[in-house]
Amino acid sequence: MLIFIFTEVMFFSGLISAHAIVKSQSAGQMWPPYGQPRLPVEETALNSLALLVSGIVLVLAWFAYKKQASNARIPLLLATLLGTVFVAFQGVEWAALLAEGLTMQSSAYGAFFYLIVGTHAVHAIGALGGLGWAFFKLDRGELTSTALATVSAFWYFVVLVWPVLYWTVYL
Amino acid sequence: MADTVADVHQHESAGHDDHHHEQNFFVKYLWSTDHKIIAMQYMFTGMFMGLIGGYMAYVFRMQLAFPGISVPGFGQVSPGEYNALITNHGSIMIFWLAMPVLIAAFGNFLIPLMIGADDMVFPRINRLSFQIFFVSVLVLLASLFVQGGGFGGAWTSYPPLSAESTYNLTDLGSSLWLLAVALEFVAFLLGGINFITTLMNSRAPGMKAYDIPIVCWMIVIASILFMLSVGPLIAGAVMLLFDQVLNTGFYDPTRGGDPILWQHLFWFFGHPEVYVVLLPAIGITVDVIATFARKKIFGYKLVLYTAVATGVLSFFVWAHHQFVAGIDPRMANVFTITTLLISVPIAELLFVMIATLYGGSIRLTTPMLWALAFIAEFLIGGVTGIFLGASGADIYFHDTYFVLAHFHYTFFPIAIIGTFCGFTYWFPKMFGRMMNETLGKIHFWGTIIPFNFIFIPLFVLGMGGQHRRIYNFQHFPELAGPEMYQLREIATISLLIMLAFQAVFFYNMIHSWLKGEKAGKNPWKSNTLEWTTESPPPHGNWPPDQMPVVYRGPYEYAHPDREEDYWPQDEPA
Repeated sequence: MLIFIFTEVMFFSGLISAHAIVKSQSAGQMWPPYGQPRLPVEETALNSLALLVSGIVLVLAWFAYKKQASNARIPLLLATLLGTVFVAFQGVEWAALLAEGLTMQSSAYGAFFYLIVGTHAVHAIGALGGLGWAFFKLDRGELTSTALATVSAFWYFVVLVWPVLYWTVYL
Repeated sequence: MADTVADVHQHESAGHDDHHHEQNFFVKYLWSTDHKIIAMQYMFTGMFMGLIGGYMAYVFRMQLAFPGISVPGFGQVSPGEYNALITNHGSIMIFWLAMPVLIAAFGNFLIPLMIGADDMVFPRINRLSFQIFFVSVLVLLASLFVQGGGFGGAWTSYPPLSAESTYNLTDLGSSLWLLAVALEFVAFLLGGINFITTLMNSRAPGMKAYDIPIVCWMIVIASILFMLSVGPLIAGAVMLLFDQVLNTGFYDPTRGGDPILWQHLFWFFGHPEVYVVLLPAIGITVDVIATFARKKIFGYKLVLYTAVATGVLSFFVWAHHQFVAGIDPRMANVFTITTLLISVPIAELLFVMIATLYGGSIRLTTPMLWALAFIAEFLIGGVTGIFLGASGADIYFHDTYFVLAHFHYTFFPIAIIGTFCGFTYWFPKMFGRMMNETLGKIHFWGTIIPFNFIFIPLFVLGMGGQHRRIYNFQHFPELAGPEMYQLREIATISLLIMLAFQAVFFYNMIHSWLKGEKAGKNPWKSNTLEWTTESPPPHGNWPPDQMPVVYRGPYEYAHPDREEDYWPQDEPA
């Protein structure tokens, strides 16, 4: 999993550097380009907090699991729910932006926004699936510590890469 | 993570005894998780794709030397078909021949056998990897037959040509090509994770890091390089696919995009990729040379550290592909320096091979001939690379046949010579029978001599200003003189001879497979662990109660205290 995450890190750095190059070439011009809606910076900051808290709760779940497996039930469920809230709220935000006229075709700015944030969302949904599976297994008392460590490692990746993306795309 | 893998491995080893029931054909060949069967599937799929790539080369070389003729077995070549042929020739030879054969086939076959494991760590992921790879083959082949024909934007697929279907006229072909490449990468990501974790976790008891045969190290270092470099390309490929399908403007300057961006993302992967296929080929060659020179390799750790250094450096040379694409001259200087620097570790690896040969008692078997040819031919490829790495000279040589001849002098030794070297060396282990040496040598000379006659004229043509990507040179009076056509005809006729000699190889392979002399466990008197089991190895590689234990390094040849000139790794002192 760690090796796979290295590949993922390189994948996201590819996206970020592509974004940085295109952005730097529009130096002197407006970024975001004229006529394109501003991104909801404050709402997303609040939403990001939900994601970060979810990561912290998952750390607590790990320590609880170490003490006694069944203790991890509530924190694991909470982390999954917070993550779901994050993804759902991002979805609502997308719908609003689309209504305001920011689409993939409207500009490179819009295209990068949807590409980078969308890629993150796909990763988040995949990782949430993993967490849900872990909860299901825990419920039946079959969750091994390595399985939990693997799905959590991927969720930590999703959580930790988000501030970087937020800083790149929104600010 | 490390402990998971160890758990799984122990579980798998315990499970092997009770899995020895008879399997029907489909279970055995479609769903087998045995690393040897998967390796053979990769090997023969790769060779089949190599034949298709060779056929494509034959068609477009005929068109170049004898423009407008009806090529036997193809017919008239239209400009669109010509573009599709060169594009898919390049893609196939790199992604569907060099990668599957050198990394996936040899990695799958050799790593478990050479480190004394019964299988890969994740056998089912391994199976999935081949199945995805096979789908990618089908998608690529299908892309050649859709409306508009196969993708014709060169294997580097630069936008805007590749992004806009109004330019390339192959709407479906280009998307399918990109999809095939993406599937292929997924397959190799899965394979790469497997190789790395297997080497880390399943070594035989007693095998320390410096007791691992070089070829295993090389395949694993190559996998790490691949995994680190492929991310940006996938990012770029997603953007390109969106440009093609969703009509976004990532590479369209009129909408705020940047076409050069693709070149950076592509070559950030593309240049390490050269070393991804080079390192396994060097590993195979080093192992073969040590066995047939009956000598310890010169500087085991040196080879290892040099390979790592090459890998690190290879991430900092990519922009030498863009010297004339409009990058900052100061950046061009930096990349000239790093590009020239990377020839140092590569030269070091070749010197190690030569130093290993020095004073050895050399046996000129077929695999050894291939290994020696690798040194000689790759050297020419490396030396001509210096001209292209220097940004001043590159402005003249860029996109001429000089470049083309240069990288064929590197890729041919890697993909073809490396493959034949490894295949002839491990054939006895794969199929339990020896290959015919006489036929092997006929095939060797019949391949090497025409190979030089193909590409040396192309160096000359390139220096004469012959540009790549031209369909018919008759349209360019300064390139259509009789002296230039003679050189082109020499190259094409040599290609025909070389392709004809491949029949000898396939005859030899099939004949030896069925009727060859029985090989026994260790026909080459080599030290490494794969030669301590039966040929071909049974399911699980060794009987479960006789898994090998390692006592020494893999290259203890001609030890002064011993009567035998080799000392197998698993023999107690």
